[in-house]
Amino acid sequence: MESKSAKGWLYLLPAILFLGAFLVYPLIDVFVYSFEEGYNSASQTFFGTGLYNYSYILHDPYFLQAVRNTFILVIVTVPLSTLIALGISYGLSSIKALRELYQTVFFLPYVTNTLAVGLVFMILFQKTAYTDGLVNLVLGLFGITPVDFITGPYWAKMFVLCFYTVWVVLPFKILILTSALASVSEDYYNAARIDGTRPFRIFRKITLPMISPMLFYLIITGFIGAFKAYSDVVALFGTNLNAAEMNTIVGYVYDMLYGDSGGYPSYASAAAIVLFAIVLTITCINLLISKKHVYYGR
Amino acid sequence: MNRDIIRSERAAKTKKTVRSTLTYIILTFWVIIVLFPFYWMVLTSVKSYASYNSEHIPKFFTLSPTLENYSSAFTAVPLGRYFINTVIFTVLTTALMLIVTVPAAFAFSRLRFKGRDAVFTLFLSLMMIPYELVVITNYTTITNLDLRNTFTGLILPSVTSVFYIYLLKENFSQIPDELYYAAKVDGTRDLKYLFKVMIPICRPTIITITILKVIECWNSYVWPRLVTDDPNYYLVSNGIQEIRENGFGRENIPAMMAAVVVISAPLIVLFLVFRRKIMEGVARGGTKG
Repeated sequence: MESKSAKGWLYLLPAILFLGAFLVYPLIDVFVYSFEEGYNSASQTFFGTGLYNYSYILHDPYFLQAVRNTFILVIVTVPLSTLIALGISYGLSSIKALRELYQTVFFLPYVTNTLAVGLVFMILFQKTAYTDGLVNLVLGLFGITPVDFITGPYWAKMFVLCFYTVWVVLPFKILILTSALASVSEDYYNAARIDGTRPFRIFRKITLPMISPMLFYLIITGFIGAFKAYSDVVALFGTNLNAAEMNTIVGYVYDMLYGDSGGYPSYASAAAIVLFAIVLTITCINLLISKKHVYYGR
Repeated sequence: MNRDIIRSERAAKTKKTVRSTLTYIILTFWVIIVLFPFYWMVLTSVKSYASYNSEHIPKFFTLSPTLENYSSAFTAVPLGRYFINTVIFTVLTTALMLIVTVPAAFAFSRLRFKGRDAVFTLFLSLMMIPYELVVITNYTTITNLDLRNTFTGLILPSVTSVFYIYLLKENFSQIPDELYYAAKVDGTRDLKYLFKVMIPICRPTIITITILKVIECWNSYVWPRLVTDDPNYYLVSNGIQEIRENGFGRENIPAMMAAVVVISAPLIVLFLVFRRKIMEGVARGGTKG
């Protein structure tokens, strides 16, 4: 028994070492950092403990801007992407021909490099001295004056960001919802059809309740993912997000850690913990709501 | 009476046709939105610098495609270096991930020892730790160990994913116990059993987690950006960002797009080859890295 036990631990050892060094220890350490005031990464000294770091970031206009941007992004893209994904998956499940082809194409953005494709979106939306850009030309057909979506007004930048975010997150949602829709038993539909139920009513009374657990899973992971937005934003607006007024909370954390404005792991830790608290709260609220509205079967 | 039925049937049929046509139109519309950026990036990458900048209204096709942008993507900026770095990083990280994941999954699914279930529960709870919380200390650790701008510093914190251990453990557990005991009676050692029986049986899952890890590595941006500031160690993601900010000069969009095509192509090919495996693996619980 003794040697068997040792063997078990031996197999686990690499995993434990890696997780301990790069997951568990950092998790504890980040809380320590966030309470150390005036931490200096060069000399590794600090001169006090307390809540100063939190108070600093909560009064930092850049942080408040980042929080505002993140919330706008979350509130716009989570419902929008979930609804579009629901519509597309429903459409996919009702067709037969070309279905596989459509599914493959819809999933394509998932495997692409966010930074690289973000550049394509940038040139599509950008207005430069040479050209108004393709999107502006299309908008021009409807009589809309060209706007620079990349370095122009705030709402225009936010629009591109939301658009790109939806483009990036849809593949995952479509995939999950398509398989959820496929798993609803035909019997329910056949029964409803015999009763002459209208399609919309079938959708609302049968399909939606049956896929509600997956839908809810998507909403929760969608919220978590959107709150952590960062690389999509960098892809569109470059690394100096504060100057572009487009920073997100995660972007603020990294800016505090590294780069021209970096070197403040304590502020970064405090910001990361604030983000974590927000995400945790939202997730708990989501779970409470889901208890009421989600059908988990028997 | 009979005619009424026929008429209502015909009406129902028309309605159905209209609905399915509408469905196809909407789906095709979204196909265009998804594919258009890819088309545009390939198209722009084969336009010459002069012709791109002379098009005040961008053209949807080009009659004189050129590959000069691709050659300047590899000569004017060190795209080749970024590419090789990413391949090294991806291969080593994925290999290490397998070396760590397979034995751990084996221990959790097949070996019996004290504290196993407690540790497994602990592992599962680790899945909930957000990356943003731990990256700060990891950054400090790697900096203090003087591992910035090294492959070691890039790779080590990127190796483990609890989710893959969990996925593989679930798969290992499905192999009937009888097989294990039979092998034990024959005097097969655990390690041999793992390699001769379990790994071959669970090969589909192992391939799936390998592909998912490769995608994750190829697209990783945050960690490489934090620990590398020497372009010799840039991966493609921060390489492309560097190209955008200091590369060809901001106006040379066609060359930039050529770099984007080069970076995106490997994963798209991988996806088209392993389409089913990837979609199945992601559906089983992957989220975007």
